[in-house]
Amino acid sequence: MSDNISFNLNGQEVEAQPDETIWQVSQRLGIEIPHLCYSPEPGYRPDGNCRACMVEIEGERVLAASCIRTPTDGMTVNTVSDRAKQSRKMVFEMLAADQPSREVSPDPESKFWQWADNVEVSDSRLPARPTIKADSSHMAMAVNLDACISCNLCVRACREVQVNDVIGMAFRGHDSKIVFDFDDPMGNSTCVACGECVQACPTGALMEATLVDEKRVGKTDPLREVDSVCPYCGVGCQLTYQIKENEIVAVQGRSGPANENRLCVKGRFGFDYVKHPHRLTKPMIRRDDAPKSADIEIDPSNPWTHFREATWEEAIDRAGGGLKMILDRDGPSAMAGFGSAKGSNEEAYLFQKLVRTGFGTNNVDHCTRLCHASSVAALMEGIGSGAVTAPFTACRDSEVIIVIGANPTENHPVAATFFKQATKRGAKLIVMDPRGQALRKHATHLLQFNPGSDVAMLNALLNVIITEDLYDRQYVESQTEGFEELKAHIVEFTPEAMSEICGIDPETLRTVARTYARAESAIIFWGMGISQHIHGTDNARCLIALSMITGQVGRPGTGLHPLRGQNNVQGASDAGLIPICYPDYQAVGSDDVRKRFEDAWETPLDPERGLTVVEIMDAVHNDEIKAMYIMGENPAMSDPDADHARAALAKLEHLVVQDLFLTETAFHADVVLPASAWPEKDGSVTNTNRQVQMGRQALDLPGDARADWQIIQDVARRIGLDWNYDHPRDVFNEMTTVMGSFDNITWERLERENAVTYPVDGPDVPGNEIVFGDGFPTPSGRAKLVPASIIPPAEVPDEEFPMVLTTGRQLEHWHTGAMTRRSRVLDGLEPEAIAQMSSRDLFRLGLKGGDMVRVETRRGAIELKARVDGAIPEGMIFVPFCYAEAPANVLTNPQLDPFGKIPEFKYCAARVSGAAAADAAD
Amino acid sequence: MTQPATTIRKRKHPGRGRGKTRTHPKGRQIDPKVQQELRDLLGDKPRDRDLLIEYLHLIQDSQGYLPSAHLVALAEEMGIPMVEVFEVASFYAHFDIVRDDEARPPALTIRVCDSLTCEMMGARDLLKSLAEKYQGSVRVVPAPCMGRCDSAPVAEVGHNHVSAATVETVDAAITAEHTHPVLPAYRNFEAYCADGGYALLRACLKGTKDVEEVLSTLDDSALRGMGGAGFPTGRKWRFVRAGAKPRYLTVNGDEGEPGTFKDRHYLETDPHRFLEGMLVAAWAVEADRSYVYLRDEYPQIRELLQIELPKLVAAGLAPEGFIELRRGAGAYICGEESAMIESIEGKRGLPRHRPPYVAQVGLFDRPTLVNNVETLFWIRDILEKGPGWFGDHGRNGGKGMRSFSVSGRVARPGVKLAPAGITVRELIDEYCGGMADGHAFKAYLPGGASGGILPASKSDLPLEFGKLEAEGCFVGSHAVVILSDQDNMGDVARNLMRFFEDESCGQCTPCRVGTEKAVALMNNPKWDAGLLDELGRTMADASICGLGQAAANPLFSVLKHFPEEVT
Repeated sequence: MSDNISFNLNGQEVEAQPDETIWQVSQRLGIEIPHLCYSPEPGYRPDGNCRACMVEIEGERVLAASCIRTPTDGMTVNTVSDRAKQSRKMVFEMLAADQPSREVSPDPESKFWQWADNVEVSDSRLPARPTIKADSSHMAMAVNLDACISCNLCVRACREVQVNDVIGMAFRGHDSKIVFDFDDPMGNSTCVACGECVQACPTGALMEATLVDEKRVGKTDPLREVDSVCPYCGVGCQLTYQIKENEIVAVQGRSGPANENRLCVKGRFGFDYVKHPHRLTKPMIRRDDAPKSADIEIDPSNPWTHFREATWEEAIDRAGGGLKMILDRDGPSAMAGFGSAKGSNEEAYLFQKLVRTGFGTNNVDHCTRLCHASSVAALMEGIGSGAVTAPFTACRDSEVIIVIGANPTENHPVAATFFKQATKRGAKLIVMDPRGQALRKHATHLLQFNPGSDVAMLNALLNVIITEDLYDRQYVESQTEGFEELKAHIVEFTPEAMSEICGIDPETLRTVARTYARAESAIIFWGMGISQHIHGTDNARCLIALSMITGQVGRPGTGLHPLRGQNNVQGASDAGLIPICYPDYQAVGSDDVRKRFEDAWETPLDPERGLTVVEIMDAVHNDEIKAMYIMGENPAMSDPDADHARAALAKLEHLVVQDLFLTETAFHADVVLPASAWPEKDGSVTNTNRQVQMGRQALDLPGDARADWQIIQDVARRIGLDWNYDHPRDVFNEMTTVMGSFDNITWERLERENAVTYPVDGPDVPGNEIVFGDGFPTPSGRAKLVPASIIPPAEVPDEEFPMVLTTGRQLEHWHTGAMTRRSRVLDGLEPEAIAQMSSRDLFRLGLKGGDMVRVETRRGAIELKARVDGAIPEGMIFVPFCYAEAPANVLTNPQLDPFGKIPEFKYCAARVSGAAAADAAD
Repeated sequence: MTQPATTIRKRKHPGRGRGKTRTHPKGRQIDPKVQQELRDLLGDKPRDRDLLIEYLHLIQDSQGYLPSAHLVALAEEMGIPMVEVFEVASFYAHFDIVRDDEARPPALTIRVCDSLTCEMMGARDLLKSLAEKYQGSVRVVPAPCMGRCDSAPVAEVGHNHVSAATVETVDAAITAEHTHPVLPAYRNFEAYCADGGYALLRACLKGTKDVEEVLSTLDDSALRGMGGAGFPTGRKWRFVRAGAKPRYLTVNGDEGEPGTFKDRHYLETDPHRFLEGMLVAAWAVEADRSYVYLRDEYPQIRELLQIELPKLVAAGLAPEGFIELRRGAGAYICGEESAMIESIEGKRGLPRHRPPYVAQVGLFDRPTLVNNVETLFWIRDILEKGPGWFGDHGRNGGKGMRSFSVSGRVARPGVKLAPAGITVRELIDEYCGGMADGHAFKAYLPGGASGGILPASKSDLPLEFGKLEAEGCFVGSHAVVILSDQDNMGDVARNLMRFFEDESCGQCTPCRVGTEKAVALMNNPKWDAGLLDELGRTMADASICGLGQAAANPLFSVLKHFPEEVT
């Protein structure tokens, strides 16, 4: 028997699914009913307030809102009765009375006006209310409440979908008003500019500033649309570019599996960097009279002080010729390449293939080394796979969510929306981080532990779970190995003992351990706070052990998920852009594997592991590496002890840099090749959820800039490789022949479906989102539990450097800032270098927010503005590493985790003092 | 290790480099001093979300207004978004948000009722005279019905209600610093018990009373919901009893329908009769907790209950914390049962969509019994004296007794306990001493602001549930306002529509926009009858709740019965 409901709709007997509304049934059957406050998009609950969708139900005194009403058996519904139609029409007339007339509306093609056409309302006989003052305080969004119909879609967008909790409906009756915080100007509010409200608004009351003119009238130029995926973080939001004359004027979120139409400020408002005047549009060769030095600084708007323009022929000849010359002279070990997690899978694959087959070395790496190398090392060792076991959207089914060492509201904003939504549904969120953060407002527990004491805290949790017998005995026995060693190891790590070290009281440690272990389903998310330590691998081992001994993996709502940073760091790693593995993490040291790749690539390969990012820089200083090819990476900003890295770059005999801008790395280049921005090329990318997604070209390349895959091929040919790819599709096809993870994924499938999760069992079935429900791809098929001991950070505070410096990212800026600091909106929102500090520390130093401070470590010093931030504990300084004028990585400690070779970005000793105010030009 | 650099090389912003950064994270920041102050104020009170309105009152009472810094701190303290605090605080008329450097309101506020009866009795002139007299040193604001229509016009000086107010009596109150509520002379716990009070409840709690018997007695008595909907009480209790536990009882003490003051009368005279009824109801539906939602316009009753409620706990009649007294904050809409539930949950008073009904999904989404004060007031007598004591009354087909709040142009206004179904003519003549001197009966409001208006020619209709609907009217809370030849019907309808405009919650278009447009159109000397009718029909058909659905009733009535006065 079906649970379906039978009812009469406009004279027809129809069926509704349980919970299906009258509007949804009507829509499904092709009956159009106007709607304004109702959005059928995912995440939006019906609210039934606008009354544009009223229908008549037999036997009821008044009309009903079809968007929120579910039919019952035997109900008779009329959507087209005169009474219903008149009512709907009058609702539009009421609303139209207070609208700016269509021709001067902020959005003349808004849903409101389209539906008004449908009900034949073009103006109103009713008197208009006084106009409301426009709010132009935000640089990305125009607030024009004259056009507001109080439908509260923006409130639901902000509070229920993105859960940013800024927009509200305040006051009462006809004074009801959309407000930001305390009716503050949008630009002064806590708004994080995700733009969800703009996307939801049916009238244009909230509008992209780029889509209205100076009088706030909507521009009506037709826009070309191209579907693609966001180039910023590892979340991998699908989006639609709206393009006018080869320029992206707006971006709309699209319903991808990772974002369900949502975007953050970068993905929505951060695309104008592609048109920045600093874009490199011609190949350049270093002038003979331009010497190299570690501290060189070149004005990116005027590279001609150090470079001269060249043709592509000359530039490729110079780039490839220089590489070839040193290769022939000094052999493969003098060569290295940094590929990029910002490019496509195809570009990553080609780049590593060039280094391996062209340079003959495995000295190829990319910024994964700087983010999750230690996580991957621990995961490979523990469960035989470096990728996530479940997508972040699995948190929908979680009873308990742990977020540790990650600040997703800033760094994975759209993933954070799913966490926040889960807490609204009732999931318990446990946030563990030395810094407070926005997620704390949604958390049941915030464990603000002492920086660097991760292992102590996590071992205490393991101790509680094991000593209190809360672990999943059956799972441990059938699916893991090493439990007895772990059990013996953690005995001394009691909550009482560890509390001293991590600063969390024993009772909280116990509660959290019990909560996690006893949950029906629990998932762990982590970020760089875990990985960027000299004990990063140990940190991750502890998390893996937590998950394994409780059996919190392989089921809905469970798993281990390192939140990947770059848009394609997963894909680039999968594609083999790492020194120890070929594509799909196949070890270069294995003879079988190497043989297979030698066959596939028809060339002998280096059996030795290559050097990692920081090791490569050291090797330059040691005169081992002489030439480098760097595509889309900026080690001058992103490497620890950046002055040391810059000295290495300057020391290189030959450096080829392929990028969009004259980056701090390109300052040291011999040849600079103008590359393609993400919207200017086709290619696939793989997000943190293992979803392979299709990026599509939306814009023409500027000037003589070329697609990166073409440039790699040009360089490859010049050093003697016989490559003949015509399109990224060809590269992808080749990848599928050497990468089992791409089984059943074809370029055509990606074009058709936009996203496919790997692993996938067939060409026409969805991919497996949650893996390892029945064993692990380790030699034994079991997960390996690896005990971790406490290792203090490499450099702890002392009298001379009494504070802890930690670094990271912030919402508006991407990585080293090359793109985002050239975006008008993003740069406008965070325009200057800042050091976030507690008010107590600033007070102690006789300083206040906005004052210039000098932050010093044993490696160097920078000067920048202090910002008071209640999230920062006393004794800590947080500096984002995106600011070229005050590069945080001048300060950081290059000490490495022994397994992941990842530097300790999250901890070093520092001191702060007041500095002279910035000069007048600042 | 290298020595730290002594000089720092200036590096450049890679982009424009023209912006200035913020000294703090985005948006308003917490002032640690205020945060401590707030923590001291809240003490160890629970930080539960539903107590937001209570805490807003606490701040307003201590500061005289709501400073924005306190609201930021309150949001942090309660773990809710800032905007949520602002939404709620700005919804209720009695909260004065003062943002940042905005001017504080004067220390004293006089609210002058400008609802229909008070306006008929001179509230406009009083407002004007008071505003001129105090020139801003005292805040003088109009306010909706204060439930004292039998002594109109009314002014509330601070929290002291001045009946039949004049500039002189108001000024005398200010001079005497008489700004606190006056505790009425009521029958207290001891007196009530001496009179046999709470014997019924004790019997229920002891188990000597059978629930089914109680319910059937209520059925037989024909007791109906006296808040205005008239739903049979026994049936409602049965519905709630059938729901899953936990279940809640909420008492609607938000008597806001203009012209209605019967609940105030019963609470001010014999509160324990109501409280016993409430506890019997809670027993019958096995409620986990009872909430009394009392309008902020009745501060004297709040004081009285704060004195009396602990006595119930002390006497073992209710567990500690079983009865929660919740304070409204100036919103007529919270008399609508689902809006009241939202308000008890500490939210804006937005009525909910039906279905589901509150008996199934009510307070905290649990099955909830919502009863009006007066409904519960009759429980003890009906159960002690039998169903006939109540149900045997009635005229013209009505059954039971009704408490009419009569005001306007009659000789003796007041609460009149009369048989259900009585006509207005009988009510005036038998209970109110006829019309006031010099006034000729012209028309009447049978059910407060929303029940429509009937002409004197229709004075023989039974004033009872279901009997006036054919005339486009309803009896509702039985608030009868008598109008005379000296009252202009256009003014009457405008007063009522302005009331609805002010009190609309703003949730749905037909009510939010409709009331505002209707007032604008009705302010024209000649009404556009056709357009107003179209507008009114949509308000009636398409509004979410009774407020919007009924708001056009007086408009329709005047167009129907007194068109010559407005067109």
